Amino acid sequence: MTSPSTISIDTRLGVVGALIGVALVAGVFLQGGYLVTVIGFAAIYGIFCTGLNFFMGYTGQASFGQNAFAALGGYGTAILCAGLSWQPLIALPVTMVISGLIAAAVGYPTLRLRGHYLAMATFALGLITYELSIEWIDLTHGYMGYAGIPPLGIGTYELSSDRQQLLALVAVLLLGVWIANRLRDSRFGRALRGIAGSEAAANALGIDIARYKLAAFVIAAVYASVAGSLFAHFIGFISPEVFGLSMVTASFTMLYLGGIGTIWGPIIGAVVVSILPEAIRHIAAMVPNAPSNLKDFQEILYAVLLILILIFFPKGLAALPGMIARWRETKSEKGA
Amino acid sequence: MSLLQVQNVTKRFGGLTANDSISFEVPESTVFAVIGPNGAGKTTLFNAISGFFPPTEGRIAFDEQDITGAPQRKIAERGLVRTYQLVQLFKDLTVTENVLVGFHLVTKGAVGAALWRPRWMREQEARIREEARELLAFVGLSAQADMQADTLPYGQQRLLEVARALAAKPKLLLLDEPAAGLNTDETQALADTILRIRDRGITVLLIEHDMSLVMQIAQRIVVLDFGKKIAEGTPAEIKAHPDVIAAYLGSPEAADA
Repeated sequence: MTSPSTISIDTRLGVVGALIGVALVAGVFLQGGYLVTVIGFAAIYGIFCTGLNFFMGYTGQASFGQNAFAALGGYGTAILCAGLSWQPLIALPVTMVISGLIAAAVGYPTLRLRGHYLAMATFALGLITYELSIEWIDLTHGYMGYAGIPPLGIGTYELSSDRQQLLALVAVLLLGVWIANRLRDSRFGRALRGIAGSEAAANALGIDIARYKLAAFVIAAVYASVAGSLFAHFIGFISPEVFGLSMVTASFTMLYLGGIGTIWGPIIGAVVVSILPEAIRHIAAMVPNAPSNLKDFQEILYAVLLILILIFFPKGLAALPGMIARWRETKSEKGA
Repeated sequence: MSLLQVQNVTKRFGGLTANDSISFEVPESTVFAVIGPNGAGKTTLFNAISGFFPPTEGRIAFDEQDITGAPQRKIAERGLVRTYQLVQLFKDLTVTENVLVGFHLVTKGAVGAALWRPRWMREQEARIREEARELLAFVGLSAQADMQADTLPYGQQRLLEVARALAAKPKLLLLDEPAAGLNTDETQALADTILRIRDRGITVLLIEHDMSLVMQIAQRIVVLDFGKKIAEGTPAEIKAHPDVIAAYLGSPEAADA
């Protein structure tokens, strides 16, 4: 070995990743403006996807309806904070508990289904919630949406600026990642990952599959609820479309792009998917004499980029360190 | 004292009788084998014993308790752990992590313990990691501890599955065709491992399609053919049994010809 460094490639890449993350947040914080909203959305989606990762990544199940719980969180927050003038910090845990209980009640019968059937049932769950948010006008204000939701705050102190809220979102995201990491690397997390690997083997080793699937589903729902609540506080306004089907497709893209089943994959995916359209738009704006229908091409370019990433990094961007490590290994072998 | 009692176990799938009133007893601390040609009903019998599905008729007692029709998880809790004919590893997990999952039944702690990590949880984690190291050394996979499970060659995947099952501290280990797909060297390593498992005081019940491994390690053998038990005895007795020879080679006349 000629390399003087004894620090592993994972550690070094971790440091690089952390630096990029800090630089991103700090840069956006200093720059301000529209980018704060973009990164704020990325953080909210990061929380949502970190939760979804428990169910779809660690446990290997499919849910097309996790947007239902984001809607529960968002509307719960809107009704409690804007309608009933509750404190955000009291409303947040209350909506989390409600979402968790509803997830348990809905998941108990639903999770007996497997594969495509489970996917369809959860999909229906999202659609039902969406319809409810449109039709139950007394409660949700229907298509009009719910306005006047206060930002996060304690007592009379409110995080009035976007920048303060961005920091709060990032703090919640990091807490969510820390919890996920703690749970993943434990008896509980290993049981989930065992179920993803082989239900037959997990069963033979005495793992209560139904119970662990339900636990993962409820955890995912609570994360989704928090994401919905934070969205409501951050933007101050919600409507049924916010928690519609686009939330499902966006979160799936983020999970698979970033690396499903990994700790940082959902975050990487959330950031890339949030920034990519903005970056494309920015670059497109610099093209001289651009045709007027350039906007249509942006969508196509975005889709092509996503497909390329998935072709070259099928296990997601979070698998990049491993790929680099292997590449360096084979290179040093050839050099030796 | 027999650890497992199988009494008149019958399993029917519609009109097909896969197991027809099979009875035998597995004594403690032995290697006991169930053999028979393809389609003899060996795996069906295993599935009934391990609780994968209930038998249509008959009774199964393990460790002096009736386990007939109990769910697999409950049977595993009592100390009867099985492996599958097709290797069922947790492919995305490392070799060590696979074994750690095996400790599920003999450890405790869920979400709360994982978050707060109280002292007992940390001690438990350190203990099972140490035990996992020992188990991997026991089956000869120490060097592969940090590899991802599905990168192992097939023979080592089998051994890993055995190590993972041992982590659950079974009294009775059910191995479903453990030598299937293994080469001669790998089969020998497996035979050696099974004998050392028995020496630890764990009873081993195995199904084998092929006789050579069984004759070498089993103390007692039951032979199935077309769902019926046709013979039971020591390896020497089974080798000489005319019905067994007929089942494996056709009729004695055909074998002589």
